[in-house]
Amino acid sequence: MSFVEYGDTIKDGDTAIVFLGHESMFPVKVQHGTVTQTKYGVIRHSTDLIGKKYGSKVTCSKGGWVFILHPTPELWTLNLPHRTQILYSTDISIITMMLELKPGSIVCESGTGSGSLSHALIRTVAPTGHLYTVEFHQQRAEKAREEFREHGVEHLVTVTNQDVCKNGFGVSNIADAVFLDIPSPWEAIGHAKSALKAEGGRICSFSPCIEQVQRTCLVMEEYGFTEINTLEILLRVYNVRTISLQIPDLGKAAEDNSSTGFDSCSPSHQGSPCANLQQGTVQFKSGVPLREVVGHTGYLTFATKS
Amino acid sequence: RKITFEKQWFYLDNAIGHVYGTTFEVTSGGNLQPKQEVEETTTETKEAGTDNRNIVDDGKSQKLTHDDIKALKDKGIKGQEIVQQLIENSTTFRDKTEFAQDKYIKKKKKKYEAVITIVKPSTRILSTMYYAREPGKINHLRYDTLAQMLTLGNVHAGSKMIVMETCAGLVLGAVMERMGGYGSIIQMYPGGGPVRAATSCFGFPKPFFDNLHEFPLSKVQSLLSGTFTTETLPEENAVVEEESNGLSEEKQSSLQEAEEEPATETPMEINPTEEQDTMDMNAEDVEFKENKEKENKENVREKQIKQWERRKKLKEAAALLREKNADGLIVASKFHPTPLLLSLLEFVAPSRPFVVYCQYKEPLLECYTKLRERGGVINLKLSETWLRNYQVLPDRSHPKLTMSGGGGYLLSGITVVLEKGKPDCSNSEALKMEEPSSKRCKLQDLPC
Repeated sequence: MSFVEYGDTIKDGDTAIVFLGHESMFPVKVQHGTVTQTKYGVIRHSTDLIGKKYGSKVTCSKGGWVFILHPTPELWTLNLPHRTQILYSTDISIITMMLELKPGSIVCESGTGSGSLSHALIRTVAPTGHLYTVEFHQQRAEKAREEFREHGVEHLVTVTNQDVCKNGFGVSNIADAVFLDIPSPWEAIGHAKSALKAEGGRICSFSPCIEQVQRTCLVMEEYGFTEINTLEILLRVYNVRTISLQIPDLGKAAEDNSSTGFDSCSPSHQGSPCANLQQGTVQFKSGVPLREVVGHTGYLTFATKS
Repeated sequence: RKITFEKQWFYLDNAIGHVYGTTFEVTSGGNLQPKQEVEETTTETKEAGTDNRNIVDDGKSQKLTHDDIKALKDKGIKGQEIVQQLIENSTTFRDKTEFAQDKYIKKKKKKYEAVITIVKPSTRILSTMYYAREPGKINHLRYDTLAQMLTLGNVHAGSKMIVMETCAGLVLGAVMERMGGYGSIIQMYPGGGPVRAATSCFGFPKPFFDNLHEFPLSKVQSLLSGTFTTETLPEENAVVEEESNGLSEEKQSSLQEAEEEPATETPMEINPTEEQDTMDMNAEDVEFKENKEKENKENVREKQIKQWERRKKLKEAAALLREKNADGLIVASKFHPTPLLLSLLEFVAPSRPFVVYCQYKEPLLECYTKLRERGGVINLKLSETWLRNYQVLPDRSHPKLTMSGGGGYLLSGITVVLEKGKPDCSNSEALKMEEPSSKRCKLQDLPC
């Protein structure tokens, strides 16, 4: 296993994702002799995990079962231990595309935070690119280093423990892209510019508040960045459900019912409305939005140095 | 070569040798390179009104007539100066608020100061461009949706991806960019050949095409049932027989040449019917032409070599698919997604992500249900993204436009080992597992 390379079987030392069902999962570090408790019973690593194929169904001691999944940056994002507020895959995907990242890209990031974005960046720039990430909080920086080592990606990332607003990224003229997720990004724009390659590159700043965006945009303009563009991306998830609506009784005779347009159809015909005349209901499949959704994460401001 | 863009035409010759991101101004016919940053037109906005209570739209605020403006243009006067003239001849300009003046200038600049910036192709640029210019060709796949697909599909270097798209090759190009030439891609295509018009816009280096394979969608069923052979392709049968004598040695050498330059052929958009026709014609006329001209004979041989080459690639693609260990599946086509997914998922290894794009939500609802019935997938998610652009200016920040609905929908999930034999058991259990509320279970148990 590695976060940048698929493996077929589970090995000692791997990080694997235990999938319990319906968005319920957690990561485990696979180790000989270790056991993991789940609500379906105990998983014994030596016998239940090591040597098995990723994607297998594993039966736990109480007879329940779980799936063991290969780690990906997206699954990690959903399962990582939070040390800070993190970026989720929706924002990460647009950041990756708008920064034009690909294998071989050199990226600078600050702050590292919980490493949610870092894992996605490393995955994209591997095997020939590199991530320089700066975190001013010593403990967080240390923890991130440890995780990168455990996940087999330490050769692709350099974690620096310093204040990016004061000391910059510790590199100059080598980056293809810079990403900022700090409270005062405008103070780091100058450093970002000098970290970017002389021939140019892309920059992105993530801020929750519009006032932060305004200050950042002004400073970007001052430093000669072009193509300044601010956007926001929101994810809508739908539950797929079969809905049944009752047909109101308007006092019509039974014969009339068949001509109301809700002709009964065979049960095998999925997806289209069908009526159950006995019960006086119409059934159909629908994508129902979740009751509560994320309304705002942050504004993403992109710009080009050329 | 003459290029037209936004009602202007120009030659690209002058642009060569400049760095990407350079801005050019169009003159009559050629390209002129102005400074990177055009100095701000220093229209002193000292005088400005505070509100528009006294501004009346009488249609006479601009003292220059249409003819005057046309005359200015014909004289070849710089756009910047025309804008200046327009401002000076506007009676209401001074009364407008500072912000309105700003807006007025921007609008006029856009019209009269034509500048062109030349940038390097990337997924960002091309997908934005296709969505704005030819959304119909890419099934209205908005660029943020494409971005989601690449992330949800965990597309990265070293993977073995299966891509089925009818988006002019844009999705393929996006996947190729993210894989950086490492790993392999098998493109499933409908009809006579894969469309890669957008792919060629990326300007990928030749090695990127070495591990790009294609496989006809119409052969998927036979491949799955094990009855697939390359011999079933009719035109190619004929070729094999013909080239059996004498030519083999020469063929080998020229084959190597062809192998060295596969990229020159692959990115081109192949017109399926046309090619088929010419091939058939050649097969019929072979004898006739052979007697007549040597040159033609060589043409035919080239065709044969090309076919042989295609057949070899097809075999390779079939072999890759047969391993059934692909690292992901990306589908974005004009076809109904359900049958595509049910078949193509067979080629994907367990614990790998897949993403299906559809312009409409309803087919994905059905696909979701069918995949649940089939089993072998978990974490199914139907989603859509909304994208909102902002205008950020001092004291004038607000959302620009909402783009919703038009960006399409995604169904994504992860494959797991498919247990055969007791699908009912695992199915009902899976259902129970994934339905938290008892109410929903009840609803789904109802006969439909």
